[in-house]
Amino acid sequence: MKISLALDSTSLTRRYPRLAVLVTLFMAFGLPLGLYVAALAVFPFNRPELLNAAAKEWLGWELAASPYRNLVYTGFLLLVAFIAVNYTAVFGGVSTWVERRVAGRMQSRIGPNRTGAAGFLAWVADAVKMVLKEDTIPASADNLLFRAAPYFSMVGLLLPFVVLPFGESTVVADMNVGVFYVTAVTAFVVVGILVSGWASNSKWALFGGIRGAAQVLSYEIPAGISLMVPVLMAGTLSLQGIVRAQGGCPWEWFVFQNPAATVAFIIAVTSSLAEGNRTPFDLPEAESELVAGYHAEYSGFRLAIFLMVEWANMWIMAGLAVTLFLGGWQIPFVSHAVYESARGSGLVPAPTWFLLQVASMLVFIVKTWALVFFFIWLRWTLPRVRVDQLMTLCWKYLVPGAFLCFIVTLLWLLVVPPMAVKITGILLTVFAAALLVKFLRDTRRNIDRVKGDRVDLSNW
Amino acid sequence: MAIDLELDRHILQRTSPTEEEIVVNFGPQHPSTHGVINFVTQTNGEVIRRSVPDIGYLHRGLEKIGEQVPYPGYMPFTDRIDYLAAMFANEGYAAAVERLLGIDAPPRAKYLRAIAGELCRISNHFISVGTMAQDIGAATPLTHALRERESVNDLLEELCGARLTFNYHRIGGVAFDVPEGWADKVLRFLDHLDSYIQEWDRLITFNKIFVKRLAGVGIITRAKAIDYGLAGPNLRGSGVNFDIRRDMPYGAYPDFDFNVPVGTGRVGILGDCWDRYFVRVQEIVESSKIVRQALAKLPDGDIQAKVARKLKPEAGEAVGRVESARGEMLYYVVSDGSEKAYRLRVRTGSFMAMGIIEELSSGIMVADLIAIIASLDVVAPEVDR
Repeated sequence: MKISLALDSTSLTRRYPRLAVLVTLFMAFGLPLGLYVAALAVFPFNRPELLNAAAKEWLGWELAASPYRNLVYTGFLLLVAFIAVNYTAVFGGVSTWVERRVAGRMQSRIGPNRTGAAGFLAWVADAVKMVLKEDTIPASADNLLFRAAPYFSMVGLLLPFVVLPFGESTVVADMNVGVFYVTAVTAFVVVGILVSGWASNSKWALFGGIRGAAQVLSYEIPAGISLMVPVLMAGTLSLQGIVRAQGGCPWEWFVFQNPAATVAFIIAVTSSLAEGNRTPFDLPEAESELVAGYHAEYSGFRLAIFLMVEWANMWIMAGLAVTLFLGGWQIPFVSHAVYESARGSGLVPAPTWFLLQVASMLVFIVKTWALVFFFIWLRWTLPRVRVDQLMTLCWKYLVPGAFLCFIVTLLWLLVVPPMAVKITGILLTVFAAALLVKFLRDTRRNIDRVKGDRVDLSNW
Repeated sequence: MAIDLELDRHILQRTSPTEEEIVVNFGPQHPSTHGVINFVTQTNGEVIRRSVPDIGYLHRGLEKIGEQVPYPGYMPFTDRIDYLAAMFANEGYAAAVERLLGIDAPPRAKYLRAIAGELCRISNHFISVGTMAQDIGAATPLTHALRERESVNDLLEELCGARLTFNYHRIGGVAFDVPEGWADKVLRFLDHLDSYIQEWDRLITFNKIFVKRLAGVGIITRAKAIDYGLAGPNLRGSGVNFDIRRDMPYGAYPDFDFNVPVGTGRVGILGDCWDRYFVRVQEIVESSKIVRQALAKLPDGDIQAKVARKLKPEAGEAVGRVESARGEMLYYVVSDGSEKAYRLRVRTGSFMAMGIIEELSSGIMVADLIAIIASLDVVAPEVDR
């Protein structure tokens, strides 16, 4: 008896190429766009008093006096969380596709190009495949811990989204201890790695788990200290407060405000690479040494969660660096007062306000994707460091360096007048731009040396 | 069956872990063992105390097969001894049997052997340095190396119809002459190759992390390299200037002018992993030089000496030595006057490299073991035959 799958996606899209393009466009733009629109619709009411006002205005319901008010608030937060979690999953998926295509381009091969237009749906196909696969648990594994480990990682991934600002008003909760909160909850990921390494009862997984624990815990320190530099400069731990303390133009970003902040930015990015287990610090899963490291024994849905955490973590890493150092969502030449006046006095903000929100989200997303692209680039360029070199880098260079940045920033804030800060900002921006130009010229020269680079889109 | 278990226990007995130590099997299925080899490794966390190679998973009795088939019939089997550098496995066997028969290949055949051999060396070394980069954690160089290797394989396919197991050599010559226009294609590829090697060096050879990972790791001193009988690039990486092509010339090699790259300790200590790696990169350039010279001087004439249909060498023995990509490839053939060899023995570079791993592995990190295995360019079928 022959069993044929009626909904075989490949044959369907082969038969109707236009359908493939439509589905791809929907997934590529419709899905994130829908999430952003949902976020925009929800976030203007993302505070109890605003919800109270909305309920009174439209339903004539005194929510504040209602016994069910906590239930309503919780339900509303669940809706917000649903949007954030879905955004994570979609980003994790899309970034795998981007990474594979970028890697293909760098390695003179094609990468996934079959499922959907330009192979965009490969991540959906992969996700479906993973979910449908058998979730095997080794006979000698610690059953409970083995099952629980992926969720620790997932929690560590999802919790930072609570405070990560996507735009001027698109943030789930603007905590006054935002930076502290993020550094605290991201440590959950390492619990997942350690537990999975131990519970798998495999030597490879154990190696990976121990490596992961040592690495992430060590790099928490330079990361934490270098994140304190923008906190000092803004005078607040709230991520929104830090973004508001910066401006939209590059010389108003913290990274270019003083030389110590530039170094702190480099330290923060390096440490977050190490905390996110990205090359050149991908030791916990070092393929050529540990086969697959901590997730060697995982399969199916649980492996999918580990992989999603790994990729979606890039958003946290990049988003945090953008928020703290690169001006976050700030649109150039648009001050805080503009948002205030655009909002108007009504319950539902004016259309201009929504436009500004969209623009600020775009700024944030473009910056973050640029940094994510940089991470992808590094991964396919650099070899992996050794365990002792990893620790040397952290304890001998990054930790003292981060402390030094902290102290220099303190002195800078005390001593240097605001006028000088402006000049430093412009000087450092010019310097960075010059470096970028030099980099591009070197690239050009290297390409010319091998008699040109060919871009072949026939297989795209 | 009982004997097998005894053997296994023997290997494990050499590793006697203490309370803090565990025994890990790097292999037989592992991404970095370059085939089915098992490195039984006794480690204390990340630090290895001892790693013992457990070989034999890929043993196919190729030496015994050599005693079961007539002399010409064994040629395709030699391909399988080292499928990444099959040209040399062919060539060594042909050399040994030719010496046994007392015949010589015609000059054109000798030149074709040199051209095919050096192209094969380029192809093999690209795999070697590419997988080395992969084992150190850089994924991109391997795909670039494979891309270049594909071009070589295309050329070799045009020459002899196969991309991997060539079966190109015959006793007393080679199977096919150069196709029309092939020489130009080879020259065009070599032009590209010479500029590409510079890009390769910029991409990975002098990459900071790569150098840091390899410099001063897995040091084999000159004396130790000779004591352990290392061969080829592994030997030259330790600074021993010995190359069979130059020092015990065979075939057309006396006619060519080429350098023999040796390790110098340029970024670390003489005989470290980086030296062995860089010897291979330089050998690619030298091979390119040899192919250019051979194509320029390629003589006319036959490609096959006159040999009897049934080869029955007189009773006696002969040795054929060639410089394979993995070092000396030695065939020892004993004839009893019949159509088949009485005894056939192959000595290969990878097998010689296995011996030194146990000594090198004490006190190194897990990642260093991977680097050392990669730097010795071990290929499992050549170890086990």
